[in-house]
Amino acid sequence: MFDWRWDFTFEILPRLLQATLNTLAAAGIGYGIAVVLGLVFALAQRTPSRIVTMVVRECVEFIRSTPLVLQIFFVFFVGPQFGIRLSPWVAGMIAIGLHYSAYLSEVYRGGLESVPKGQWEACTALNLSTTKTYFRVIIPQALPPSLAGMGNYLVGIFKDTPMLSVIGVAELMQAANAIGGSHYRYLEPYTMVGIIFLAISLPAAGLIRVFEAWVRKKLGMN
Amino acid sequence: MEDMSQYPLELSGPDVPMVRFMNVTKSYGALTVLDNLNLDVSEGEMVTVIGPSGSGKTTVLRMLMTLETINGGVIYVDGQPLTHMAKNGVLVPADAKYLRRARSSIGMCFQHFNLFPHMTALQNCMEGPVQVLGLPKAEARDRSEELLSMVGMIDKKDQHPSRLSGGQQQRVAIARALAMRPKVMLFDEVTSALDPEVIGEVTGVIRKLVAEHNLTMLMVTHQMGFARDISDRVCFFYQGKIEEQGPPEGLFGNPQRERTQQFLSAVKAAD
Repeated sequence: MFDWRWDFTFEILPRLLQATLNTLAAAGIGYGIAVVLGLVFALAQRTPSRIVTMVVRECVEFIRSTPLVLQIFFVFFVGPQFGIRLSPWVAGMIAIGLHYSAYLSEVYRGGLESVPKGQWEACTALNLSTTKTYFRVIIPQALPPSLAGMGNYLVGIFKDTPMLSVIGVAELMQAANAIGGSHYRYLEPYTMVGIIFLAISLPAAGLIRVFEAWVRKKLGMN
Repeated sequence: MEDMSQYPLELSGPDVPMVRFMNVTKSYGALTVLDNLNLDVSEGEMVTVIGPSGSGKTTVLRMLMTLETINGGVIYVDGQPLTHMAKNGVLVPADAKYLRRARSSIGMCFQHFNLFPHMTALQNCMEGPVQVLGLPKAEARDRSEELLSMVGMIDKKDQHPSRLSGGQQQRVAIARALAMRPKVMLFDEVTSALDPEVIGEVTGVIRKLVAEHNLTMLMVTHQMGFARDISDRVCFFYQGKIEEQGPPEGLFGNPQRERTQQFLSAVKAAD
């Protein structure tokens, strides 16, 4: 039967919660990078230049078709051979941000394409510049249909942060590994990791739906 | 290649039209939509374009708004080329920067209104004046509120388009276009998507514009009675060409060409 030790659980809990903050920071920073870079990728695929569109398209496909853990290793271990020496945190954020930006760019692409052609024509008729057309008219309308997908990837990036433990980023998984290794007990730390992830992921999904409804209302688009 | 030296770099003289289509051709692949079109619209004139669907009438407006590229010929607005720019003494196709400046004197209203759904009626009207003309917000607001009053929509200025009826949306769209102070206004089937009972509120606004402002207007419509009432001139388009044109009394009352007669009697039978 299970040999669950509550005293050990409470002893390690502060350390795990501390690491949870790092996990949240990693997910938040990585997601921030992905949100911005994803938009850049999505917009770059809409420029009149065929070459730019094709190159970006191929990059996005490449990133989406290779494992995240490989990309993390690549940035961290192959970088130094080219003189790019990065700390685990920086390398991890670049890798995970880049990875998710490829997915988010696809979400944005769908959202941007869902904006009716008439909106573009109205912008031309009002003589708005391309930049203002995007940022004041098109992107605000592309946002609501993108939010569900963006929310999924927010939870996704959060659940993928344990991969950063492979290069020694001190997040939740790495803390659990370290505790397990030093106490020769893995049941409590890993169980707690699972519970912490669950306790954050579940409400997050609900909050995202609430946020989505709020944005739609705010933009007068319900 | 077309010989561009036949086109003047700008129009001059006493009778420069507000809009001139000179040998304008537009085709999509093998399909020719506009065939060597020549059309002048004088300042302050209201010209209505009628014709069967596929006759190229909407294309005329869309080319003038630079929503379509041109395959041949040149369009001039207020004496200056719109679709082309002068380079080394000849006209070459306009680049994006030139187009932006050139089309600033043109405004357009669409069949499906195309209001910005995430902005209120007032914000829709203020967007262009603030973001494009660089007007201070207070001034843009005054101008927009004045125009919303003119179209009878001031009470709904803080509503989003989704809360407005089709007729109300179209009136806001007219105010939004006018807020840019265009010299030429284009109305592209602005009543076609409306329920019959609200058509009058939109045509009423256009009537008011014709009566009180010296705007140059080009209108594509299926409302023959309306066209007859307010136009200075009516152009009947058939297969990418102007088949017949003239004052409304003449064109509607005594059409000369067989195609025109057929079209008008078909429209009459449908009513």
